[in-house]
Amino acid sequence: MMGPLLVGLYVFVLSVFVGFEVINKVPPTLHTPLMSGANAISGITIVGALYTAQTADVTVSNVLGCAAIALAMINVVGGYLVTDRMLKMFGRKG
Amino acid sequence: MSDTRAVVVALIYLLSATLFVFGLKRLARVRTARQGNTISAVAMLLAVVGTLVELNLVSDYRWIVAGILVGSAVGAILAVRVPMTSMPEMVAILNGFGGAASALVAISIYWVDVAEPGKAGTLASIMGGSQAVTAFLSVLIGGVTFSGSVVAYAKLNGSLPGRPILLPGRHVLNVALLVLSMAMGLFFAYGIGDPVRGAAMMWGLLAASLVLGVLLVIPIGGADMPVVVSLLNSYSGLAACATGFVIGNNLLIISGAMVGAAGIILTRIMCDAMNRSLPSVVMGGFGGDSSAAATAGSQEYTSTRSAGAEEAAMVLEAARKVVVVPGYGLAVAQAQHAVRELGDLLKKRGVEVLYAIHPVAGRMPGHMNVLLAEADIPYELLWEMEKINPEFRDTDAVIVLGANDVVNPAAMTKKDSPIYGMPILEVHHAKTVFVVKRSLGAGYAGIKNELFEQPNTMMVFGDAKKVLQELIGELKQLSS
Repeated sequence: MMGPLLVGLYVFVLSVFVGFEVINKVPPTLHTPLMSGANAISGITIVGALYTAQTADVTVSNVLGCAAIALAMINVVGGYLVTDRMLKMFGRKG
Repeated sequence: MSDTRAVVVALIYLLSATLFVFGLKRLARVRTARQGNTISAVAMLLAVVGTLVELNLVSDYRWIVAGILVGSAVGAILAVRVPMTSMPEMVAILNGFGGAASALVAISIYWVDVAEPGKAGTLASIMGGSQAVTAFLSVLIGGVTFSGSVVAYAKLNGSLPGRPILLPGRHVLNVALLVLSMAMGLFFAYGIGDPVRGAAMMWGLLAASLVLGVLLVIPIGGADMPVVVSLLNSYSGLAACATGFVIGNNLLIISGAMVGAAGIILTRIMCDAMNRSLPSVVMGGFGGDSSAAATAGSQEYTSTRSAGAEEAAMVLEAARKVVVVPGYGLAVAQAQHAVRELGDLLKKRGVEVLYAIHPVAGRMPGHMNVLLAEADIPYELLWEMEKINPEFRDTDAVIVLGANDVVNPAAMTKKDSPIYGMPILEVHHAKTVFVVKRSLGAGYAGIKNELFEQPNTMMVFGDAKKVLQELIGELKQLSS
């Protein structure tokens, strides 16, 4: 019972450090795109949503799962597209 | 699931996690940012593909396809339509959707594992203790993220007033609600053996978390929303992490933790730039508390001078060096293209034009950079606060466009000011300062701006875009 939890905690703590190292010292120009890009990544919860909507029946879990998939996809698609829109503008020279 | 497929799925997840790390790393550098975002999107696609492979034999895809189609369409429409000036509220609301999704996943898993099979026994005995606890944390954090983001969205787009809304005894109320949610969660995980009552408790927990999210954000003033949005961004990552613990998926834990870290880094940058501590932001009330009310008595301005566009144009024409200071007013007036036109016109006349960016100008970190980039102003001309402050002494004219608190010299001189100690753009050192503003109203901190009374300051009243267009017209006349 403690096995997977402990592994999960190790992964969690190490990933937080990786996150800090990777994003450290981001230039101010990128604050908004970084925030919206990171925000899109939090849509990863869609993986969990997929687990809960795997049968064809009309059940509470499927309806909730479908809603969760839709919400997570808004987060993912909206987040990546809007970040790309912003970054495209930074690429142009005035 | 066959062993081979399990290994393939695990490797897909590993590749996805690796690409998320690379993507974020590249996203944090100007040259590679766009590529980084694409890499991260590919990682997300791999994650979804990996999960579908994992589900393969047992699945009927109709609910999944429906959810993906609806969500993608709504997301794409939002992303294409949103104007750059509304970017802060867009990020806030997308973030809320992510949090809501995590909360719904946890609730849905309860139905899959417990309610629908009609199993008796506590959640902890059915799912395992750590899964049961993280399931309730996922609902709690996800719910707070959702309703908090909705309030932040409403404050940013003006459907709720930006000033802090202070309920009596709110700190006690919040703590009580948090303790209640925790108790409900633990009872739900360990105390309830009956699926029907468990389900009721799950909805109760969701309701409590939604109320808590509203109460936490509503007392925080509009100027502090950048901090709130980055903090909520961090929460949505943690909610995804909690979901990862529930379903035992390391990919969710890894990417959620990195989002959490990114949110914390941005939150800290924002707090430093405003010289505020995170606890003081989170406690709320800034801009409407007693200290600001006390200074309200001395709000009236006694000796401001105002100028028209013609006068301003003549000064600008004679200048060698002009610095533009954009603020939230620029975003409201959608004046980014007019700024560019004025800059081009001045440049043609041999005037050096720079743009001074305060770290918290606008309603989101980096908001001004995005707007000016939209108008094709090269980012080499956008100077950060530390770099441009020494330049002001040698600057002939400054144009402050809808910025207020970030150019208030009281932050340097008046110890009793609520913004004392906040780093500011030292525009008051310039020879002439034009402040383009609709009225003498206070900024978000709710205090008087001493800059407006300085002898070298001239107020140009009006909407930023209209004033800029008048200036452009006058400059064109002067040259003909």
